[in-house]
Amino acid sequence: MSDSLQTLTDEALHALEQCADDDSLQAWKVKYLGQKGVVRDLMNKIASLPVEERKPYGLAVNGFKEALSHAYEARLQALQDAKLARDLEEGALDITMPGRPRQVGGLHPSTQTLRQIYAIWADMGFQVYKSRDVEDDDTNFTLLNIPPHHPARDMQDTFYTTEPNIILRTHTSPGQIRAMRDLGQGGTQPIRVILPGMCYRYEQITPRSEVQFHQVEGLVIGRNIRMSDLKGTITAFARRMFGEQAAVRFRASYFPFTEPSMEIDVECFLCDGQGCRICKHSGWLEIAGSGMVHPTVLRNGGYDPTQWSGFAFGMGPERMTILKHGIEDIRYFWANDIRFLEQF
Amino acid sequence: MRVPLSWLKEFVDVALPVEVLAERLTTAGLEVSHIEYIGLPQQTIPGVRYPKSDHLVWDREKILLGAIREVKRHPEADRLLLAMVDYGGPELEQCVTGAPNIGQYAGLGPLETPLWTPFAMEGAQVWDGHSEERKLMTLKGKSLRGIYNKSMVCSEKELGISDEHEGILLLDPQPNFVPGTPLADVLGDVILHVELTPNFGHALSILGVAREVAALTGQELREPSYVLRGRGAPVAQAIEVEIRDAQRNPRFTLTLLRGAKVQPSPQWMQRRLKAVGQRPINNIVDVTNYVMFEMGQPLHAFDYDKLLARAKGRTPKLITRLAREGETLKTLDGQERALSVNDIVIADNDDVAISLAAVMGGYDTEIDDNTTNVLLEAATWDFISVRRTAHSQKLFSEASTRFSRNLHPSRAILGNQRGMALMQQVAGGEVAEGLLDAYPQPAEPITISLPLHEIKRLLGIEMSVQQAAELLTRLQFDVTLEGETLHVTAPTYRTDIGTGVIGQADLIEELARLIGYDRIPDTIMADEMPPQRSFRAFEMEERVRDLLVSLGLRENISYRFSTPEAEARLVPPGAVSSFPQAEYVALQNPISADKTVLRHTLLAGLLENAARNLRYAQRQQVFEIGSVYLKQGTGLPAEPLRLGLLMTGARRPAAWPDSAAPAGDVDFYDLKGLIEGLLEGLHIRDYVVRRSTHSSFHPGRSADLLIAGQPVGAFGQLHPLVAQAIRWEGAPVLMAELDLEALISAAPVRHTFAPLPTTPAVLEDIAIVVREDVPHAEVEALIRRAGGPLLKDVRLFDVYRGSQIGEGHKSLAYALTYQTNERTLTDKDVQKIRQKIVATLEKQLEARLRA
Ligand SMILES: [Zn+2]
Repeated sequence: MSDSLQTLTDEALHALEQCADDDSLQAWKVKYLGQKGVVRDLMNKIASLPVEERKPYGLAVNGFKEALSHAYEARLQALQDAKLARDLEEGALDITMPGRPRQVGGLHPSTQTLRQIYAIWADMGFQVYKSRDVEDDDTNFTLLNIPPHHPARDMQDTFYTTEPNIILRTHTSPGQIRAMRDLGQGGTQPIRVILPGMCYRYEQITPRSEVQFHQVEGLVIGRNIRMSDLKGTITAFARRMFGEQAAVRFRASYFPFTEPSMEIDVECFLCDGQGCRICKHSGWLEIAGSGMVHPTVLRNGGYDPTQWSGFAFGMGPERMTILKHGIEDIRYFWANDIRFLEQF
Repeated sequence: MRVPLSWLKEFVDVALPVEVLAERLTTAGLEVSHIEYIGLPQQTIPGVRYPKSDHLVWDREKILLGAIREVKRHPEADRLLLAMVDYGGPELEQCVTGAPNIGQYAGLGPLETPLWTPFAMEGAQVWDGHSEERKLMTLKGKSLRGIYNKSMVCSEKELGISDEHEGILLLDPQPNFVPGTPLADVLGDVILHVELTPNFGHALSILGVAREVAALTGQELREPSYVLRGRGAPVAQAIEVEIRDAQRNPRFTLTLLRGAKVQPSPQWMQRRLKAVGQRPINNIVDVTNYVMFEMGQPLHAFDYDKLLARAKGRTPKLITRLAREGETLKTLDGQERALSVNDIVIADNDDVAISLAAVMGGYDTEIDDNTTNVLLEAATWDFISVRRTAHSQKLFSEASTRFSRNLHPSRAILGNQRGMALMQQVAGGEVAEGLLDAYPQPAEPITISLPLHEIKRLLGIEMSVQQAAELLTRLQFDVTLEGETLHVTAPTYRTDIGTGVIGQADLIEELARLIGYDRIPDTIMADEMPPQRSFRAFEMEERVRDLLVSLGLRENISYRFSTPEAEARLVPPGAVSSFPQAEYVALQNPISADKTVLRHTLLAGLLENAARNLRYAQRQQVFEIGSVYLKQGTGLPAEPLRLGLLMTGARRPAAWPDSAAPAGDVDFYDLKGLIEGLLEGLHIRDYVVRRSTHSSFHPGRSADLLIAGQPVGAFGQLHPLVAQAIRWEGAPVLMAELDLEALISAAPVRHTFAPLPTTPAVLEDIAIVVREDVPHAEVEALIRRAGGPLLKDVRLFDVYRGSQIGEGHKSLAYALTYQTNERTLTDKDVQKIRQKIVATLEKQLEARLRA
């Protein structure tokens, strides 16, 4: 009996080894372990055996069944492992093929720089105030201490409209007057705002000059605002915009609406101040004009210059963008060439 | 302005290296934009950065001051000479030269007075005088037509002084130098290019810059001599002056030089004039220019005899007045000029204009080679009038620039005295007694009281009254102290200093400049924080930008200029424009023909950008946010904010499996989906679209957007006639222009959170066949109504047309979502609602259920 079982076992295991796929494995399982399989047949024979033989027979058949079941599981696992291994090998993609592109939008580089500027000033308590593009001559010039025929009017080539005294603002500074009159409540309230906006100059369009450009004006009015505050505040801005280590230089200059007036230079971050083409070998980059608000302007804004003081500044987002990214030609900004925009 | 260091040093000692001086001037507001070196080396100073100069540095050992003692002929060559040069060595150096300007001395034997000239020895580096471009050469010994030569007498070009290479540079006798002195000590110089802002009118001269240098470096200022001694018949007997408008001509002074000889100016004067960029003319004209550059007061010289002739026996008279309508004047450049009533002229006895005041002299009374009697004018003119005249006549001269910066009348008299003294020195003759001074309304001095605490209040620094007084005194302010207050009188030439609180600010600026802005500390504002305001319009504008970027769009920023014609191209011929009916804000001085007005619409700019980009990208999806400008009568225009959208080309970015499944070009529904995405992002729900009549859009493929019943703009496919008119060559263009302010104000300030469902939803699809002309919106509305509160969502997911459906019909397939938090819905619940929906559609729309 046990001999014949042994033979049967050998046969079955041998057949199992021949099974190389799911189908043959399944067929093997049916043949040996199925409802009408070999094991079941052997089990069925137990009833026809004498009682005393039944137990050893049963044990032997059970052992046979165990052996086949284990062998089957092992074989199944082996085939699955082999299949997975094959999948992993054969499923390898050409990872050098390009990914399927997603639609990517983006803000204009000027907007990106503007937002950077907004964020830094917002941290220092400066809120955005918007002022109009088309201005009257008074607000753009005269109220800013630039009366008609003042030499400073030569510094700014103006677009005039066909309506007398209506011009395109040449700078964001007229917003100072509007902000003071709007927010100052008759010269009684402190002010801390930035005024972003488009400005216009009657200039030939060249790689270095444009007829329209953004400016961000800043204005602080208070009862205790000093030039040292101007310096500290703008230095703090410059360090955040251009790097913690940036050296900042304040150079006396002239704007009719501020006094003292100054230009603000930051050490060239492209050459660490060693001199390069972008900084015209000076090691400095001009980033803003600034000054203490002129008493005449304070007065025109409704404030008493003996009690109130303030500072103002103006900076150019396009210029900052140009410096930051090494853009050679300012005309890229409004041409909206997709190849330009996609780089930001 | 060009400032030669050698000239500057006449008025102030400069102990600092020139590069440090330049930096100091720059930070004090006199920007030195460039340093030009003549023969001298550039110094490298830590912390001071100027571009590296590539000029010729004169070797102190090898480029020397030479004295030619004799000129011999070259035995073998007619054109060559042998200059016997004393350079301080043991014997004369024989130097072969072709210089034509010493030919006249050849063969005269030893010269009584030597010819002083720059001399370069063997091994010296100079510029190659024969080369077109700048090329260095090193002197080497070689035989020139049989005579060995190893050195050179130099032209200005070879030394880098100018482009002059006609002959060698011959210098006036040099009593202060011996032959062999390094040339750098004789002719070496540095020229500072100083850019002066309009407030620095008082520094528009060498003396003016010297004053600043003296104040900044604490050195003494040496003013030139203004002493003038006259003899003979007084000038007042020779000429009369009548000022008709003292406002426009505050002061008019005259001196007279009799028996002058017009000839070239001395070399030192010519050299200085050339150094500042002024061409020498003759000694009389040169003196007027020299004094202007030296101390800032322009002068004008008349030929007195020409005035005498015009007076026809009367005493010559000069009248200053405004020009008359139609009056003309021939100026000394030979031009006949039509004058305007704002121009100030000088007229003769017969009231005929002979000179354009402050701007340019007249042709008929100018100095010529035969002039012997010179009447010298130094006057002051109203700077606004001068500016107007300079602009209208387009005459921007050194003189008009200075007059237009508001010269003080006190300068006129000093300038005249200085000029006449110099003129006599260089032209000989006799100065007439006295000075005619017409000064009807002498200017009042400017005085300011400055309490010390104002300095601290505005600068944030502590300073003593003594310190403040000392600083202001350096700038020639007159200061007296009274306790903690400074009483200050401004020097007369400071016309930029005001009075009262403005004068205080002016003085405080001067104090800050002298201390140096870098020595004012950096502080953090301690002042009270202003009240914070909300600025929702701005925040929402930025939010719209972010939403559009997240929807895959790129931002454009276009010129805000356009032309009516360019915008009219967006309206098909014969159609009534849907763009704003307001007038344009038109420019009086447009910069170019394509930028004559401010735009009425963003669409034209977006379309131009897209057309330009077509060469690189068929697929474009962009937006722009910005104002349009609508004229309102004679006042300021309205500047409403608009949002423009443009999409064209493939729906999806190109990718490699696209050959199998092309995405197709965007159409109306892509644009609508974009707008719906934006509205969803803004939480705007209460909107509808209706068929648009916008002139720029395809009438069947465009829509107006209405929020809460109010139109906020239109969107759709660009009208085919417009596409044709602008020669659009790409795929169909979808565009929108919306009123951004309306959009922003329609967005709810806050919206309520909808609790998440607590029971599962039942999903079901339903396909309905309706007539082609039944709009989806109607179907959806009916489904929702019939579905009642349990029907949570209805979404169209397919539209099918085909033979099975029948001609003139379409099948709309909807995904329905049923859900309630009250219980879990069963199929039976859903079945009932579904039957009601189908029944309603059948009844109301003659629809039938497809599946
Ligand atoms: Zn650099």
